[in-house]
Amino acid sequence: MTELSTGARRERVMIPHSRALWKRVTLTREAAVIGMLALVIVVAMNVVPNFDSPLTVTFLLRDLAPILLIALPMTLIIITEEIDLSVASIVALSSVTVGILTRDGAPFELAMVMGVLVGAAAGAINGFLVTVVGLPSLAVTIGSLAMFRGISVGLLGTQAVTDFPDTWTSLARANIPGTPVPAIMVVFVVLAAIFAIVLHATPFGRGLYAIGLNQEAAHFSGVNVARTKFVLFVVSGAVSGFAGVYFTLLYGNARGENATGMELAIIAAVLLGGVSIFGGRGAIHGVIAGVLLIGIIGSALRLAGVTADIINVITGVVLVLSVVGTSFLAWLQRSRASARARGGNQG
Amino acid sequence: MFSRHIAQRGRFVGVAALTMAAGLVLAGCATGDAAEPAADSGGDANLAITFLPKNLGNAYFDTSNAGGAEAIAEFGGTYQEVGPTEASPTSQVSFIQTAIQQGVGALVVSANDPAALCDSLDEARSAGVKVVTFDSDTNPECRDIFINQAEAEGIARVQVEMVAEGIGGAGQVAILSAAANATNQNAWIELMQAEIAANWPDIELVDVVYGDDDDQTSFDRTAALLQTYPDLAGIISPTTVGIAAAARYIQTSEFKGQVVVTGLGTPNQMREYVEDGTVGAFALWNPADLGYLAAYAAKALVEGSITGAEGDSFDAGRLGSYTVGADGAVLLGDPFVFNADNIADFNF
Repeated sequence: MTELSTGARRERVMIPHSRALWKRVTLTREAAVIGMLALVIVVAMNVVPNFDSPLTVTFLLRDLAPILLIALPMTLIIITEEIDLSVASIVALSSVTVGILTRDGAPFELAMVMGVLVGAAAGAINGFLVTVVGLPSLAVTIGSLAMFRGISVGLLGTQAVTDFPDTWTSLARANIPGTPVPAIMVVFVVLAAIFAIVLHATPFGRGLYAIGLNQEAAHFSGVNVARTKFVLFVVSGAVSGFAGVYFTLLYGNARGENATGMELAIIAAVLLGGVSIFGGRGAIHGVIAGVLLIGIIGSALRLAGVTADIINVITGVVLVLSVVGTSFLAWLQRSRASARARGGNQG
Repeated sequence: MFSRHIAQRGRFVGVAALTMAAGLVLAGCATGDAAEPAADSGGDANLAITFLPKNLGNAYFDTSNAGGAEAIAEFGGTYQEVGPTEASPTSQVSFIQTAIQQGVGALVVSANDPAALCDSLDEARSAGVKVVTFDSDTNPECRDIFINQAEAEGIARVQVEMVAEGIGGAGQVAILSAAANATNQNAWIELMQAEIAANWPDIELVDVVYGDDDDQTSFDRTAALLQTYPDLAGIISPTTVGIAAAARYIQTSEFKGQVVVTGLGTPNQMREYVEDGTVGAFALWNPADLGYLAAYAAKALVEGSITGAEGDSFDAGRLGSYTVGADGAVLLGDPFVFNADNIADFNF
């Protein structure tokens, strides 16, 4: 009996270091999301009629591309314990910019560049208010969410621009030749690689985690917190602007209501992918898996004939479970551990 | 402590994954029949037909799609209804894609934008899916057939006939319209004037007033009309806001039972006025018939008996035979007249 409880106590103390390497690699949040993704894919392929088709890959990745793209800068922003709620409104602002310039006869290449630049400018406004004025990003971007959306809807009113050059719209819908993979994935993979390298393999990236864990400590360790955050908001705006251009071409329409609510899908996927809303932790591969997971669940359920409202409920439940559940289990674990420490039954 | 925390998260996500997977299995089992293209029914033709309304939870489309389901049950196809929760063209795209993946025979769409859905519908058509639009059309080159609910001549004539019947074919009438520059209403008013001049010599159109599709303004204009023309026998309001406001004024005034109110309205809006006798009859198209006709048009396209060319004709069950007009449009017919006898059958 004495021996047993000693053993238990020793185990408790040793846990962080006694875990085997394979466990440390596989039992991460990211690995769990990737595992869940694989499981959902396998199940869907075997259970849902017509899921097992190249068309699924094409449609899924094409529709998810804007979310995948914006999730990259969003990951970095949330790791620094900030947030950008205005991304979907920036998508709309960019879309409307492209639409108006095209309608009024500007060269389409210029319109696309302007879409990205307007996005970057919108991001700079967010960044300025957060870093220079010093307001919390939650408040700033709730405001700019409404403001950018209002400007977008105001500029085009109830009209929509739907006439875009065929070469560009077909490029947005094209696949990489010989594969069912949309061409936009080339852009995404390049961007994802850049973001992953910056986040995981540069001092700038390590600085982001440091800011998220303890902003003051990061500041005194020589991280330029304000400049870092400003850059992130501008990048977030620019990527959202690019996503807006793609969105416009993919769906063939520019209107103020475009991408309404997309910020929630993006943030939900980022959190599902293992990024902590309290900053300081997260990884690009987990986020990509998170976006794909939500997208595939929706796609499979749609194919299975489940209606949109039910799909929203199911997706919401999965997200709530994964976020609330982790806190609950952490609490459970702590109370078990303290019970063991008091010499209670072994867990 | 930190890594333990993570491990627990991992385990939890695993549990969530299993739950999700189980959910998917159940969903697949429960709805597999509906989602499977009905390759074996209706001979060689793939009569799996998907209805895609502008949005779900809309009583108008519940009615029209029920009509579609009725028709599809009659000819032995497979009916499926999908749609976004909010009415936007972008959110309809993923459902068009799903229909392509499922390999359905035909897609019946009410488009949230005339042009924005074209690329997706083109993809569907090149994958062999027949595309029928109803209620709200796309550009003609993006679909095979459009089921048009009503045309201006019919709308104008039926409204004049309703007021004529109400006032006994003679007397003063006025029109309570929407905004003064409303395109649809102005076209109808012109046709109503022509119809009265041509066929109703004893009816005098004394005035056209504009309620701007605002309830209070329409209500005030109705009051003013009755002040100005003490002998006014009837009011035609070719707009759903106007007819309801006019009926509400008449209901509580001394003119109830003396002045006929008619025009275009929806059953849910007009029910109390019809039930208490303020309004005898009003018109709109019947969405159930619209969905029913769309389903039969889809069937004819899938079976290859028509291509959507002008002059093609097809059978539409209880509605009889229809012929495709210019631009691949099929006209449902005259507006449907709602009255005390049939209003209980409608909920939209």
